[in-house]
Amino acid sequence: MSEMNVSDEAVIRIRNMQKWYGQFHVLRDINLDVSKGERIVVCGPSGSGKSTMIRCINRLEEHQQGTIEVDGIELTNDLKNIDTIRREIGMVFQHFNLFPHLTVLENCTLAPIWVRKMAKKEAEEIAMNYLNRVKIPNQAGKYPGQLSGGQQQRVAIARALCMAPKVMLFDEPTSALDPEMIKEVLDVMIELAQEGMTMICVTHEMGFAREVANRVIFMDAGQIIEENEPESFFNHPQSERTQLFLSQILGH
Amino acid sequence: MANASYLRTEDAPLLPPPVSDTGIAGWMRRHVLSTMNDFSSPGAGIRSVLMGLLTLLLLYYGLSALWGIIDFAFIKAVWSDPEGLKRGVCTTAEQGGVATGEVGACWPYVQAKVKLFIYGRYPESELWRPNLIFALLAAGLGWIIIDKAPGRRFIALLMLSVFPLAALILLTGGHAGLSRTGMVIMAVSGVVLTLAGHLGLRGVLGEILLAFGGGVRLLGLLFLIIAAVMFFMSIDYGLEKVPTDFWGGLLVTLVVALTGIVASLPLGIVLALGRRSSLPLFRVLSITFIEFWRGVPLISVLFMSSVMLPLFLPEGTDFDKLLRALIGVALFSSAYMAENIRGGLQAIPKGQYEGASALGLSYNQSMRMIILPQALKIVIPGIVNTFISLFKDTTLVLIIGLFDLLGMVQSSFTDPSWATPVTSATGYLVCAVTFWVFCFSMSRYSVHLEKKLHTGHKR
Repeated sequence: MSEMNVSDEAVIRIRNMQKWYGQFHVLRDINLDVSKGERIVVCGPSGSGKSTMIRCINRLEEHQQGTIEVDGIELTNDLKNIDTIRREIGMVFQHFNLFPHLTVLENCTLAPIWVRKMAKKEAEEIAMNYLNRVKIPNQAGKYPGQLSGGQQQRVAIARALCMAPKVMLFDEPTSALDPEMIKEVLDVMIELAQEGMTMICVTHEMGFAREVANRVIFMDAGQIIEENEPESFFNHPQSERTQLFLSQILGH
Repeated sequence: MANASYLRTEDAPLLPPPVSDTGIAGWMRRHVLSTMNDFSSPGAGIRSVLMGLLTLLLLYYGLSALWGIIDFAFIKAVWSDPEGLKRGVCTTAEQGGVATGEVGACWPYVQAKVKLFIYGRYPESELWRPNLIFALLAAGLGWIIIDKAPGRRFIALLMLSVFPLAALILLTGGHAGLSRTGMVIMAVSGVVLTLAGHLGLRGVLGEILLAFGGGVRLLGLLFLIIAAVMFFMSIDYGLEKVPTDFWGGLLVTLVVALTGIVASLPLGIVLALGRRSSLPLFRVLSITFIEFWRGVPLISVLFMSSVMLPLFLPEGTDFDKLLRALIGVALFSSAYMAENIRGGLQAIPKGQYEGASALGLSYNQSMRMIILPQALKIVIPGIVNTFISLFKDTTLVLIIGLFDLLGMVQSSFTDPSWATPVTSATGYLVCAVTFWVFCFSMSRYSVHLEKKLHTGHKR
């Protein structure tokens, strides 16, 4: 399925991006093009800058040099551009970041109503539609605190989808989940990928990467070390660092 | 060697908890007797006996104190004064009165002074005005407090907009001699600022107004509100003017406390957000403001407002004493409120801010709908704490010559026609009970609010 729906039109274009935390050079010369419909898995050891990189794409982190373009708009300090870009990018976090004081339905309708200026009824219809898709329509009236981790993460995915984003970013979506809940979240993500959503996932779920990714990116020490199609990436890793990493996570 | 294999074939039965853990007996055993029934060793035995003795002793003192109050307030109290003897009815024969035996609370004195306690020296013929305001206040608050009442938001809006204006006009009588020019200047600058802020937020007037448009618009609205209040205050409603010098008692207590409470919350929110702002100007201004007001005792704030402020103002400016105290109290408590709210803001995980911005919500939207609702919920105990201490601190206005409830009670002690040995005790009892009722109600409501807003989560 890796050839499916991928066009040449780049949705995200990152050129020579550099980022420092104080004196520490966290992201070094990142270059990345993401085409429409492409599904990219980013992996790498902890502290390699994978999360920081995707957080730069919707400006949760600021980059200091180089350019990031999303949908033809460059990310600068211009608040208007940032807001426009954030509207088009959905993000799913490791710790869900649902709003605990709002019900599941309200979590999903908040942004469409206030950012997209959608009518409440319409927003609720769309939200219920997505909650159906992630298979928890019956939890719509509950608060996030009353749901299991897996259910919360599925709500978070539905919440991001309600904004009809062009790109979805996943920042280790299954890392905070109990083992028996990982599958229900991955199933939703796989379904999403099959529908042609442009996705960038930071994850250690290599089964997921094999199944849906067009491209796997390996990062270490703030740089992109290697990128390839999943087949070649897993079977014939080129760099030593990739080989070491893969042997560590696939070792048992 | 033990057998490693085990298989449960039947579920273990679900049993009720043992009887000794439930009911009154269980509660007593766990919470009272558990410290006194351990005789397993000589040391433990001695400790248990001592605990028992201590419990009895405390019980004795507690009950006798309670009995003392009941005895004073009800049993030995004098309830009525049918012959109009005034002090005579609450004094014994050797003190020059008619009472027999020891005298407790002197309720006829309270009856005679109750108007003074509630309204101060507010003119008798105009008492319907504060009464109407009290009634509106009680009805409005009652409506808002009942969770299932319809239109609570609307009533709350009325209570925050129309009610204070109505109270101001009714209590003072309106027709204040305010300068027309001042009013026009306020109104014009209000309109200009509001428009500038509004257009600025749309990005018409350049970068700076895009960033600060919200604040500018807020300031403009504030000016417009002041202009409107000045306008309504200058109209002649045909009401007799009652200068604030005549206000007193519970009326002053409630006016000062409610103004402080209503003003300190929004001001505190703005200051707390300002102190966490990434813009140095806002941050420095907020920190300076907060640290200044927190560093000064309320008494000196009140003294400054009544003694020193007139020295700085242009000669002939007449600035009402009560108004000055109100502003002092409001600014003072808003500094404390700001620090309370900042505590709540700091308790909100970073993920909430990120979740909100990732969805494209603006700073204002994410504060209003995501961060503040959660932060304020966390600090309800602290907020109510500030409200309660503010309510009690209103008694300090006594030192600048305003007579609140406590001040009025104290001033009534000087009336020779009610000079008895029990007058002051009775007066202070009334005062204490009144304050306690108000403060305890606030505390209970906050508990209720916390329970209501609890949505079964920690994060």
